[in-house]
This record gives sequence, C-alpha cells and structure tokens, in this order.
Amino acid sequence: MIVAEQKTLEEIRRMITPYARVLILGCGTCMTVCDAGGEREVSFLHNALRVAQAKSGNGTHTFSEYTLKRQCDPEFLDVLSDQITDVDTVLSLGCGIGVQAIAERYPDLPVLPGVNTSFMGMAKELGVWDERCAACGDCRLEETAGICPITRCTKGILNGPCAGTKDGKCEANKDMDCAWVLIYKRLERLEQLEKMRRYYPMRNFRAIPRPKRLTSRISVDMGEDNEDNG
Amino acid sequence: MKTMANSLFEEKLHSNEFLVTTEIGPPKGADVSEMVHHIDLLKDKVDAINVTDHQSSVMRFPSLGGCLLVKERGGEPILQVTCRDRNRLALQADLLLAYSRGIDNVLCLTGDSIDVGDHKEAKPVFDADSVQLLKMIKTMESGKDMGGEDLKGAPKFCIGASVHPEADFIEPQLIKFEKKVAAGAQFFQTQGIFDLANLHRFMQYASQFDVRILAGIIVLASARMARYMNDNVPGIIVCEAVIEELADVEKGKGLEKGIEISARMIRTIKEENLCHGVHIMAVGNEGIVPEILEQAKLPSMSTKGKRINV
Repeated sequence: MIVAEQKTLEEIRRMITPYARVLILGCGTCMTVCDAGGEREVSFLHNALRVAQAKSGNGTHTFSEYTLKRQCDPEFLDVLSDQITDVDTVLSLGCGIGVQAIAERYPDLPVLPGVNTSFMGMAKELGVWDERCAACGDCRLEETAGICPITRCTKGILNGPCAGTKDGKCEANKDMDCAWVLIYKRLERLEQLEKMRRYYPMRNFRAIPRPKRLTSRISVDMGEDNEDNG
Repeated sequence: MKTMANSLFEEKLHSNEFLVTTEIGPPKGADVSEMVHHIDLLKDKVDAINVTDHQSSVMRFPSLGGCLLVKERGGEPILQVTCRDRNRLALQADLLLAYSRGIDNVLCLTGDSIDVGDHKEAKPVFDADSVQLLKMIKTMESGKDMGGEDLKGAPKFCIGASVHPEADFIEPQLIKFEKKVAAGAQFFQTQGIFDLANLHRFMQYASQFDVRILAGIIVLASARMARYMNDNVPGIIVCEAVIEELADVEKGKGLEKGIEISARMIRTIKEENLCHGVHIMAVGNEGIVPEILEQAKLPSMSTKGKRINV
C-alpha cells in the first residue's frame, strides 16, 4: 500500500492561511491504514486546527470534514459535489494521487496536500511501515529471491553488495539491513546462488517512461486477456 | 610479455615488478597548487597516481581535472570513476574526454553513498554499478556506445576495480569480485588492508584469476582516526592490533607510527610475495608517501628502469 506521513500542524496552518473555509478531506484506503489521513486523522486534525487557531488568536478559518472511500478513483469523487459548494480550499489527506485527482475534478478549487506521500510499503509492526517497492516497472524479484535491491539497497545496484556493508547493515544507515546480504542469504537457502553470479545489465528506465500510463490487458467486456486483439 | 598494452601502467601490470600506486584527493576549491605539489613529489616515485572522485561523497575538484594535471606534470594517472554522480551519458562522455587527453587507466567504482558525504540532499544517480561500468568500457572499446550507436574513435583503457578482502561477510563480495574479473577488470586496488592474514587468505583464492592485485594501504594518523574510520568510512575495518599499536604512542607521534605500520606492511607484502603490489592511501597526508616508500625500502622509479614512452 501507499504510506504517507501527515505534514506538521505548523506547515498545514501556513498553507491554509489565504483560505477562510477549509474542507479537510480524508481517504478511506491506504491513508486510513497508515494512520496519516483516514476518518480518525481528519477528525484529530480538525480539532487540532481549531484549538491552534483559538489559542493563537491567529486566523478566522471555519473547518468542515469529510472522508471519501477513495480519493484516487473518479467514481468515488461524485459524492464530493455536495461537500465543496461552500469551501475555499480542500485540504486533502489523500496521497499525492488523491490530491491530484481532486485538482483534476475541480479546476477552480485550490487543493492543498496535508500529507507527505512517502513510499509503497508494508506494515512491519503496529505503526511501523517499511518501503518494499519502487514501482520501477521492470520487476526482477525472481532473480533476487523476492527481495528488491532497487528499493532496499540505498544505491539500487544489481550485481551484488558494495564494499560498505558491515555487520549485515547498510553504509548509509546502520539500522537498515544490507539488501544484498539478505539476497545472498536467501538465495543460498533456496540453493539458487547461481542467480547472484549472473551479470545484470543496466536498468531500462524506459520500461515505463514517466509519467507512466498503464492500460489493462483484460477486456472489461470479454473478461479475458485481450492482448492479441489489441 | 604482452606488447599491446593500452597504457604504461598496463605494461607494468604484465611485468613481474612489485607495483606501487598511490592516490591524491583533489582540493575542495579551485586552488590546485597543493595538489600539483603532491603530483610533482610523487610522480616519479610510484607507478601510477589515482585521483579520487568525490571520495566519501565529499564534493571536490574533479578526478578528471586532477588526472589532466598528473598527465601535464608527466605522471601516470589512474582515473577513478564512480557511478554516484553521473548517468550513462555523462560517464561515457567523461571516458571519451579522458582517453582523448591520454588518460588511459580507469578504476571503476560504484561510489560511496550520498548519505556519508557533505551534500546529503543531492540526488544519487547509480545509473550503473561498478560491474556495469566495467562492461560499459568494454562496449565503448568495441566501438559502440551504450545506445548501440557507432563511436567515431573508440577508446582503449586499462581498467581496474576494487575488492574488499577484509569484509566481515566475504562470500557475496567474492561473487562480485568474480563478476568484475569476468567483466574485464585487469587490476584490483583493494580496500584498506590492516590484517595481512586476511590478504593472505584472499590471495589464496584470488590467485586462480589472471588479474593483478594491489593491496590497499591506508596510512592512519591516530587511534582516534582509526576508530572514526571504522564507524564512519564505508569499507574500512581497522583491526584491534593496529588500533592498539597507534594508541600506545605518545601524543603527536601518531602519524609517525602510522607511517611505520604502513611501511612494515608493505615490506612484508613484498618480501612474502603476498600480492602484486600496493596502493597507498595517505588520506590527506599525501606528502608522507615518499617516507613510507623509503621505510619500506622500495626502489624509486628512477632505479626501477626508465619510463617507456608509448
């Protein structure tokens, strides 16, 4: 899932300064799971902004709140039309995709990002997420025993560890495992070390050029692989 | 004896001489006078001089510029190239420039992480890694660029790489070493060696490959520096014995002891024929390299035989 971190109250207060009526808009999917912008965080932020305004005596904003099932999908945005009639800005707690989906739908309405979208990752323990995928568009996890060197090696290198690894950790961050030590150990366990001995050429950054667009190969009408007809 | 050497240094790689290379860290700034002084001091005392490429990810005068100066002053440069700051277009362009100016030895490195340096907010590139860089050079030598287009004038280099015989988890390092050999590396300058038993063990394995190994010798100036490097410099593991030896000397005599340790190690490597030569890294104290060579009782270039013009 997509993992994000809410911006500081200070930064959010600075962003909303020009706008009187602010809709705080949550998202019911990834942002809810990563505690950055679900219904609960929308409510907490709403209160925090009100309290900060009252305490500082600074600002005359009015706030409203709403949480969409999903901000990144146009069909889920329809219900918004009732919410945004009386607002001057939307403070979106969706990921970067959610913010842009709102901006595309409402050309005349300023949209502000309330979170910093960080990475795609998985939960490690309660309240802790680790990055696992860089969406490079050219998955090689078969070659690396299911451990991604693009994401988990700070240099994203493909032919084995650099010399900076020590105690199984990364030279850039001693709390972070060296991806290539993990890959070596798992390949060894799977008796597939020959995969590490192979030469891997430089990556193809056109695998999916930026900005990326993906067209489904499954035909909605036919419900099957439509590639041959395409 | 090979006759088709691409460089003077390559010719020496194929001789049975005990090779000595050293390295110069370029200045942080445009004043190259100290670097030129060090080049003049060292150029006739060693077989080749590396110029480092933003070592430890600290922004400095470029390696290529330093190598041009080595060339200008009559020395034999080894261009250190890391993949941290340049994508494949820039890497190839720099290599073409280097070759066109007579810089024909290249040490191919992945490069330290941006995070250990002094521009921590910069974008890390790593479009290639060290193995891919070696392959890139081989492709260019075949007359093609990495886009598959013909080059008007193909370069020819003597190429090297690094290896870490003291890594605490050696097996994955050795796999990478073999990939570098397969990719065409002719010589290796190892990461700093402090325990010669590790070098010995590594050479028992590495001698099966037709490559020349130059043991990395880092000159330490104090026990504090050793500990700092252990904690902060990627690829360095100073053993306790060396740290203790440095800790035992009186204040202000650390560098002297460091020189003594380095010279002793070089002497042992040469006498016991442990590997094909040494690469001395004086990290900021380039001026003391001649003293190390003297204490190590290595013949200077002048007594080793005249330089051969190619």
